[in-house]
Amino acid sequence: MTNNQLPTTNDQLLRADLQAIANLIPVKAGVLDLGCGDGDLLAYLAAEKGVRGRGIELSEEGVLACVGRGLSVRQGNLEEGLADYPNASFNYVVLSQTLPYLDNPAQIVQEMLRVGQQAIVSFSNWGYWRCRLQLLATGRIPPAPDWPEAWHAAPRWQAVTVADFLSLANELGVRITQEVYLANGRTAPTRPWLKNLLATTAVYVMEKGN
Amino acid sequence: MILMNSIGIVKTDFFTFAENEPFALDSGAALSPVTLAYETYGTLNADKSNAILICHALSGSAHAAGYHADDEPPGWWDDCIGPGKAFDTDRYFVICSNVLGSCYGSSGPTSINLAAERPYGLHFPVITIQDMVRAQAHLIDHLGIDTLFAVAGGSMGGMQVLAWAALFPQRIRAAIPLATTARHSPMLIAFSEVGRQAIYADPYWNDGDYYDQPQKPDAGLAVARMVGHITYLSDDSMQEKFGRRLRGRERFGYEFQTEFEVESYLKYNGNKFTRRFDANSYLYVTKAMDYFDLGAGNGSLADAFRGAADVQFLVVSFTSDWLYPTYHSKEIVKALTAVNADVTYLDILSRWGHDAFLLEVETMTELISSFLGRLSH
Repeated sequence: MTNNQLPTTNDQLLRADLQAIANLIPVKAGVLDLGCGDGDLLAYLAAEKGVRGRGIELSEEGVLACVGRGLSVRQGNLEEGLADYPNASFNYVVLSQTLPYLDNPAQIVQEMLRVGQQAIVSFSNWGYWRCRLQLLATGRIPPAPDWPEAWHAAPRWQAVTVADFLSLANELGVRITQEVYLANGRTAPTRPWLKNLLATTAVYVMEKGN
Repeated sequence: MILMNSIGIVKTDFFTFAENEPFALDSGAALSPVTLAYETYGTLNADKSNAILICHALSGSAHAAGYHADDEPPGWWDDCIGPGKAFDTDRYFVICSNVLGSCYGSSGPTSINLAAERPYGLHFPVITIQDMVRAQAHLIDHLGIDTLFAVAGGSMGGMQVLAWAALFPQRIRAAIPLATTARHSPMLIAFSEVGRQAIYADPYWNDGDYYDQPQKPDAGLAVARMVGHITYLSDDSMQEKFGRRLRGRERFGYEFQTEFEVESYLKYNGNKFTRRFDANSYLYVTKAMDYFDLGAGNGSLADAFRGAADVQFLVVSFTSDWLYPTYHSKEIVKALTAVNADVTYLDILSRWGHDAFLLEVETMTELISSFLGRLSH
């Protein structure tokens, strides 16, 4: 899967959620981008923040595009790729818009927090009010907000909401240190009962709990 | 005909060392003197920082690119070495040397044993991939180069690249092992052994002592090469290249002649090989590959790469390569990742089997030139 399926918003260099992630990453940090696609985030971080990042990407086209941009990327699936890294190899391990495609998201989140001191996850929120309304009104599984893929599209995805993810984080004993909610590219409210209704995309920075 | 983007006419040079102090080998034996045949393309820059060493595979030579004056086909990796190519000779100074034990001008069983005043034959000491690499390091010293910009090669060439990373990590900035392994598998040893047995079984082999005989063990060497060729192809590429087509006939002859295209291909290449390669060299070079296990004696493969954390790696495998399957490269990537080396890895989608590393020129060019370009910035 590649990360370039979402359109880049007009007034920004990066896709909105990638920009939000980039804003959370300090200068010169060590970053591993899981499912880095064409390397948009890593290239931005390298240019703007002096970050010497690494990527893992499944597709040959993605790897070639990354290498063409001077990035260091290895081909493979995330389970295999993450397993090779020693503990705390990076400051940040990033998973952007890939969560719904994972076979075992809980395991990946735990691995991200083994390999990285912090993990950053972004995903489309199916709890968004339009999605809820669409299911109610049409009786059909809504595609993710800003991500128009049918339920039968390959690779297979699993709808996930802000509430779902927060519950998983709680279950795994993961501490969320920062949260950013976006609605159609703009910042959305973070009030507990509103965020799951109004956010189209959620971004979390996480640490291991005690 | 010499194409526009060719390096043009090149010649092989020779470097001889260890004339006074013998060159120590992994086996415990020593060799004196040692000669390496080598070629260079492009220009070494003022601070000697743009040198790339190319390592060849089992049957290769120092002639990696360009043409010899006697107008043979171009060097074995001419597709990738030259002006504007993957290894761009307008930017880099490219070196390729013939490995120890081979028969293209470097010391090997065909060389004259000064003590006996005749070719070594089986009196030549058994060598390892690491011995080949240590000899190359002498050549690099001789050329006045302290640090190589990169070392690259496929198959057995890739093993040398890995050995460089393990033995001389401070002397290389980047390593490009292609379609290779850090440990010769039992299957690979088995194929080597079939080749060697074919040579031993040839009555003209005469325990390796045939250089002054009218007949050489050509039949044995040809069979060894045929086995090799099968392993370089894939089921898919054989279907495409030959199918079940018959050669020069419409129907079966119900006789033991060369009938199928694939038989004809193997026979032709087997015979052609005997005109350019030496049977004893085949034994020595395959043996060196069989001994290759970079993790052994180092604790683990990761331990072997412990000093290479600052080397940048580009590891490439090919999906249809069943001789050096993808998992071999993944083991290399895993070990390098464990020591926090910077690794770029791609399993290139290809149907051409092991030969893909010589055939997937377009993807390789894109990959290698971008990778090298990143390093020069």
